Amino acid sequence: MAKTVVQEFTKGLWAEIPPFRLVLGLCPTLAVTKGVENGIGMGVATTFVLICSNVLISLLRNVIPKKVRIACFIAVIATFVTVVELLMQAFAYPLFLSLGIFIPLIVVNCIVLGRAEAFAAKNKVIPSLADGLGIGLGFTLSLGALGAIREILGSGTFYGMPVFGESFQPFGFMVQAPGAFVCLGLMLCIMNILGKK
Amino acid sequence: MRDMFKLFIVIVIFSVISGGVLAAVRDATKDRIEYQQLVFVKGPAINLIMEGCTNNPVQDRFKLEDQGKERDFFVGEFNGKKDVVAFETYGKGFGGDIGVITAINTETDKIVGVAVTTHSETPGVGARAKTDPDFRKQFNDQPITDVFKVKADGGQIDALSGATISSRGVSAAVVQAGEIYKRLKDELKKKMQASQG
Repeated sequence: MAKTVVQEFTKGLWAEIPPFRLVLGLCPTLAVTKGVENGIGMGVATTFVLICSNVLISLLRNVIPKKVRIACFIAVIATFVTVVELLMQAFAYPLFLSLGIFIPLIVVNCIVLGRAEAFAAKNKVIPSLADGLGIGLGFTLSLGALGAIREILGSGTFYGMPVFGESFQPFGFMVQAPGAFVCLGLMLCIMNILGKK
Repeated sequence: MRDMFKLFIVIVIFSVISGGVLAAVRDATKDRIEYQQLVFVKGPAINLIMEGCTNNPVQDRFKLEDQGKERDFFVGEFNGKKDVVAFETYGKGFGGDIGVITAINTETDKIVGVAVTTHSETPGVGARAKTDPDFRKQFNDQPITDVFKVKADGGQIDALSGATISSRGVSAAVVQAGEIYKRLKDELKKKMQASQG
């Protein structure tokens, strides 16, 4: 194996950071990042699913027959997603209400299935765990950053607390769907410029 | 043929295990989820109509069966006496069922307050049934034994302008609450006296 465990972990934070480098999982990225709290909540839920499914699929990689691997992956992922959904309902109900349909939709998140197919199915458990943790953390950070920018500009708050004075006029466009596209595009552009050097 | 059989077995085992895991998690979180839902979905409406009560109505709830259906009843304590009971009924609105919580004083058989919990009415039109205090306050202090109808149907309730169907739905829910109350009054009183002790 060419890469070390640490490399598998850190690649998710910059070189392959999901929404910007892999440009995967855009649906939840655009939809839930109206605020920091939602972004991080979604990121943590996805990270949990990613880690659990990566580890389990890696453990079972020799048991799962090639022909039905996708069905098996989906069964594993769907199970963990439902577990997350139930836990969130039990312990963070307001977050569950604001994320709504996007929690069950983690099942079809390309990142999760993508990592299972591209990495966990071919690698040992420890690298798979590192990969899941790295990609998940990268996803959480991206969602958190996107949520922070949109929340600060769009509603003038950070984590629900006002950051500007009374006279601040919220730039409402940023918390609407088009604002998500523009913000993501600009961040992608900045990352590409930084990455070139 | 043998290959097919193996695929089949693997998928079945996967499904059985994930089904078992999900059932276990669901069982473990069921009570907590129910409580959270009551607090966050019905809690605001209950607090609205039970303003000034000295207990936590969601915590002091009990279940009673009515015509084969179990219902939650929330008890409110006023001036040291637990004599207000609130429960949810549904009326047909414009966009689906409207959930209405009706609070009744069991001493006087009069309505303490009415509030909408869940609905899918048109924002700004039928949705005012939830937000317009003047509309729901029409029910306050009316005897629960009355039949409530909007004025267009020859009744006493001023409908929200442009939202007769939603207003009719709320009235129907309150009427249904009155019917349930009549059927269960004795049992309710017994339960509430027991909790007083």
